[in-house]
Amino acid sequence: MFENPAILKTIFGRLTLESLPLHEPIVMGTFAAVAVGGIALLAAITYFKLWTWLWKEWLTSVDHKKVGIMYMILGTVMLLRGFSDAIMMRAQQAMAFGANEGFLPAHHYDQVFTAHGVIMIFFVAMPFVTGIMNYVIPLQIGARDVSFPFLNNMSFWMTASGAVIVMMSLFIGEFARTGWLAMPPLSGIAYSPDVGVDYYIWALQIAGVGTLLSGVNLIATIVKMRAPGMSMMKMPIFCWTALCTNVLIVAAFPVLTAVLALLSLDRYIGTAIFTNELGGNPMMYVNLIWIWGHPEVYILILPLFGVFSEVTSTFSGKRLFGYTSMVYATVVITILAYLVWLHHFFTMGSGASVNSFFGITTMVISIPTGAKIFNWLFTMYRGRIRFELPMMWTVAFMITFTIGGMTGVLLAVPPADFVLHNSLFLVAHFHNVIIGGVLFGTFAAINYWFPKAFGFRLNEWWGKLSFWMWVPGFYVAFMPLYVLGLMGVTRRLRHFDDPSLQIWFVIAAIGAAMIAVGIAAFLIQIFVSVRNRETLRDTTGDPWNGRTLEWATSSPPPAYNFAFTPIVHDGDAYADMKVRGYDRPMTGFRAIHMPKNTGTGVILAGFATALGFGMIWYIWWLAAASMLGLIATSIIHTFNYKRDYHIPVEEVERTEAARTALLNQNKVTTA
Amino acid sequence: MSATHTAPPAGAEDATKLAFYQIDEHDHPEGGSTMLGFWIYLMSDCLIFACLFAIYGVLGANYAGGPAPKDLFELPLVAINTSMLLLSSITYGFAMLAMEKQQIRATQLWLAITGLFGATFIGIELYEFATLIHEGATPQRSAFLSAFFTLVGTHGLHVTFGLIWLVTLMVQVGKHGLIQANKRRLMCLSMFWHFLDVIWIGVFTFVYLLGMLR
Amino acid sequence: MVVMNPSGDVALQQRDLILVATGLMLLVIVPVIALTVLFAWRYRAGNKDAKYEPNWDHSTQLELVIWAIPLLIIIVLGAVTWVSTHVLDPYRPIERLGPGRLVAKDVRPLEVQVVALDWKWLFIYPEYGIATVNQLAAPVDRPIEFKLTSSTVMNAFYIPSLAGMIYAMPGMETKLHAVINKPGNYDGISSNYSGAGYSGMKFRFYGMSDQGFAQWVASVRAKPMPLTRANYLQLEKPTENVRPMHFGRVDPQLYKAALNMCVRPGSMCMDRMMMIDSMGGGGKHSAEPKNGVGHAEGALEKQPEEKGAPGHWSTPRKPGAPGAQQPGAQQNRDLTLNRTPPAATPGTRQSARA
Repeated sequence: MFENPAILKTIFGRLTLESLPLHEPIVMGTFAAVAVGGIALLAAITYFKLWTWLWKEWLTSVDHKKVGIMYMILGTVMLLRGFSDAIMMRAQQAMAFGANEGFLPAHHYDQVFTAHGVIMIFFVAMPFVTGIMNYVIPLQIGARDVSFPFLNNMSFWMTASGAVIVMMSLFIGEFARTGWLAMPPLSGIAYSPDVGVDYYIWALQIAGVGTLLSGVNLIATIVKMRAPGMSMMKMPIFCWTALCTNVLIVAAFPVLTAVLALLSLDRYIGTAIFTNELGGNPMMYVNLIWIWGHPEVYILILPLFGVFSEVTSTFSGKRLFGYTSMVYATVVITILAYLVWLHHFFTMGSGASVNSFFGITTMVISIPTGAKIFNWLFTMYRGRIRFELPMMWTVAFMITFTIGGMTGVLLAVPPADFVLHNSLFLVAHFHNVIIGGVLFGTFAAINYWFPKAFGFRLNEWWGKLSFWMWVPGFYVAFMPLYVLGLMGVTRRLRHFDDPSLQIWFVIAAIGAAMIAVGIAAFLIQIFVSVRNRETLRDTTGDPWNGRTLEWATSSPPPAYNFAFTPIVHDGDAYADMKVRGYDRPMTGFRAIHMPKNTGTGVILAGFATALGFGMIWYIWWLAAASMLGLIATSIIHTFNYKRDYHIPVEEVERTEAARTALLNQNKVTTA
Repeated sequence: MSATHTAPPAGAEDATKLAFYQIDEHDHPEGGSTMLGFWIYLMSDCLIFACLFAIYGVLGANYAGGPAPKDLFELPLVAINTSMLLLSSITYGFAMLAMEKQQIRATQLWLAITGLFGATFIGIELYEFATLIHEGATPQRSAFLSAFFTLVGTHGLHVTFGLIWLVTLMVQVGKHGLIQANKRRLMCLSMFWHFLDVIWIGVFTFVYLLGMLR
Repeated sequence: MVVMNPSGDVALQQRDLILVATGLMLLVIVPVIALTVLFAWRYRAGNKDAKYEPNWDHSTQLELVIWAIPLLIIIVLGAVTWVSTHVLDPYRPIERLGPGRLVAKDVRPLEVQVVALDWKWLFIYPEYGIATVNQLAAPVDRPIEFKLTSSTVMNAFYIPSLAGMIYAMPGMETKLHAVINKPGNYDGISSNYSGAGYSGMKFRFYGMSDQGFAQWVASVRAKPMPLTRANYLQLEKPTENVRPMHFGRVDPQLYKAALNMCVRPGSMCMDRMMMIDSMGGGGKHSAEPKNGVGHAEGALEKQPEEKGAPGHWSTPRKPGAPGAQQPGAQQNRDLTLNRTPPAATPGTRQSARA
């Protein structure tokens, strides 16, 4: 057909028409749906002439609030992808018994469970957590933006670039079939010569750059930009947990970067680092990836601990019980997070003393975590608990997470782990803590801060439906997996022989269906709320009788957050201001110094995506050109010295006057 | 609001005196967090090197029946190379001193000398690599060599990026003079450059010196 | 639930440990959940009778209790962990056959050498000179010593009713000691994902009376097919859902060669390579040794024609596969087609670099 295939190989690397999964009906159906949806979206944007607005106000925005919201949108979109994978797994396992092979061949199923894990951790949980931190931290510490606003925008786009690469793998070529940590030798070039692992490596590597930079950014923000009077021990507890999380990010993600780089060297250059042959050692990979991987789970959960603390205190109408011990508990967890990685592979044959050491350090983590749970309990004690949605999610979390914590400690006992490792019991455990902790926390956070971000509350009926589908749905989906684990069923199996297991998988699939309704209800909740935004409007800026500084400004906050930087006298800064009858300054406004938007982040991420694609498909010219593009763009960006502007006094006065009017109107209606 | 909220906490009697907003606020100088941020970045970079050192520590004796450090390393050459990098750190220090005195030409001159030392370092390293590969000691030959090339190569890559950065800064200093932003950038590169020096001392000790002793 | 009701003493002790640990933790979990529900109900905003203290946020005594309760439980659990981890260390020969029944001094454990292949299990009985695939048998109440390795990727060897799992890794040896107490037919699995055929990487484990075991050994021994190195290299190639196989004789050095990744003729054994390394390496220009399936070249060294298709492809459902009408038909299987077995993967080095 073609005259000169060698030339084509140079141009397209190993990308051929065969790389398109034309013979996979499921993938092609998905592709059609995504294509139709995407084209409709693009057409709508064009029709309503929104491109300029989108580019100027959002994509290039360095405003931490907009970046935070974009992270949340990314997380939500990827949640749909990751959950589709979950549904496919549940369906496959519910039907593939005996003669029935189910509907997924191994080649596809193995990609599905790998993609599910990778997407849920890196492109759902991480964007959610980063998004919440990005949005809330500057507001809570009374700052106008983060320390490095441009870097913040770029971090987001790097994460998005990673997500784009993962999504590409669905339609061009294939994703890794290795499990979410891509352990060699299986992920080495000898056993996975195809593009799957390369997609994995480049998606994580590029997204990892974003995560690392946002970690640096938020640490600097919290350390350097707190409002006057806010000493470390007067910071809102969410800021403490976020600080610890970002310390963990900065201290853990370089390990991931290094270990993935080494794996790429094995795959691209043919080095012998994690190989079976020539003295390589795959166990080094297992150790290093978990030295990143265990802190990673605390990176995910710690900020949500902060969210639950804020929510419990606000909705109980009380100060947080045991603030100091909460801070110390968080710091202790941060440190211990580095001393437990080996519990992920007790069964690799380390000696008994090594195993017990890591088992016991793991259990020790449950002490500060237990103290946290008690602190939330005693925050509720003698409170006036309003069961709004965020509080409902919090109570569901406290019960669910306690159970998950218990099974976690059980898995930390090495001899017990020998029979439960890699089983569905383990799968149930980590979903128990990640769904029960991270996801419930994210929903609490979304319901809690949504009015702040958009100026209107979320619809309660659909929110409650989502809650009542998610929480029982979680139990129906994952309690059977605990049982199956005790029946000796391991994870990642595509097909079963023993028919007595099937009923449990069917129950789990029903649970997954309930969760699907929960997710749908969540999306409808947002849609309905946007439609009814006038009736749900929050004109006060403080819809929940909040206690921290973000509630002191309007909803949504102006671009500059605070016309005057607040001065803090108490841990619950805004509660304190309200009690002491603070006065909102009405005059004497000044022009406000703010960072300018820039498209550099988008361009850099575009080059990074192209670089990844070129490397994945061995299109060396594309990779080299993109690398040059990355370096050149970075250098050109440094030649731009004018990165800031002033919001003119008139604009500040206008914005603040509008808020004053709104607040006055409010007083009249409530009087 | 509930009745209990009206009971003010201790110290509320001077509530009238308390200010809740900074009325007289000035623009914050730009880049107040840059040093801290860059320092945190360097620490994370340090962890990447820590991983590579760990890998070298584990794999460093796995020669796969191939050449060992004794067969390969030429300490005199490495010693010259080390001195290049150490000297470049000193000359960078002179550039910073000149910067403090607002001497644009002197700063640029010292930066250029630093760059020359750095480029020589890279040149010698590339020569060493070429020799090794010519002798059959390729990165693919054994785990020891893979770990060696990765660790030393990553350091070399950092120095190369440092050089690109250095040239960029020389141009920027020429264009805008020693303004605050440029000084901040020079300080960052200074930290980066000395950091690479420290890493190299680790490489020289653990890889070359201990390798010859093994 | 086999994990809760096992038939081997090691698994039984592990079960007991799960129960003890769970019980200990329930001491704090149950009150926490009960208190959560209680406080949530009692201090709901609608209940104006409940006390409301918005500024109560500290109590030293209470915080001491809060930290002390988990601490005490973890101290007890930590002690249990330390002891049980050492007693149940898979590398440690077992000392008892069951509660109160010690292993007699002169009993020699049954040694089984296990090699995880793609995607089946090879068991070698050095004592009897026989080998089996995907079928394992052991006499009741005789300690078993497993020595495990793998030919290509990481696997985990797991018989839930016998004992906990242990990884089987290429070029390395792990060990597991166990004993089966009841005759029976048990599930054996790979419990660490190892690629396309992982789901079918199962075997049967039979607990037998001494007599039954002797008969079984004799029946295997009667099989004419020997497990030579050449046969092993055939067997090693990736296959799925493999039926049990018996080999009446086995090359006595085979396990050692598999462990050292030098079954293939002309390859250098890992132990020899490590010996050379410990004596200072082979010097410049020494030939590159070949192990296992051979060291794969990196992408940059591949020729353009090798850059195309990957080794594993999914195949469309086979024409003529009976599916549910005929369970177990061979056509239903092999949904993953391995077009290029690892041995012939393009880019594999065929000869030593000069």
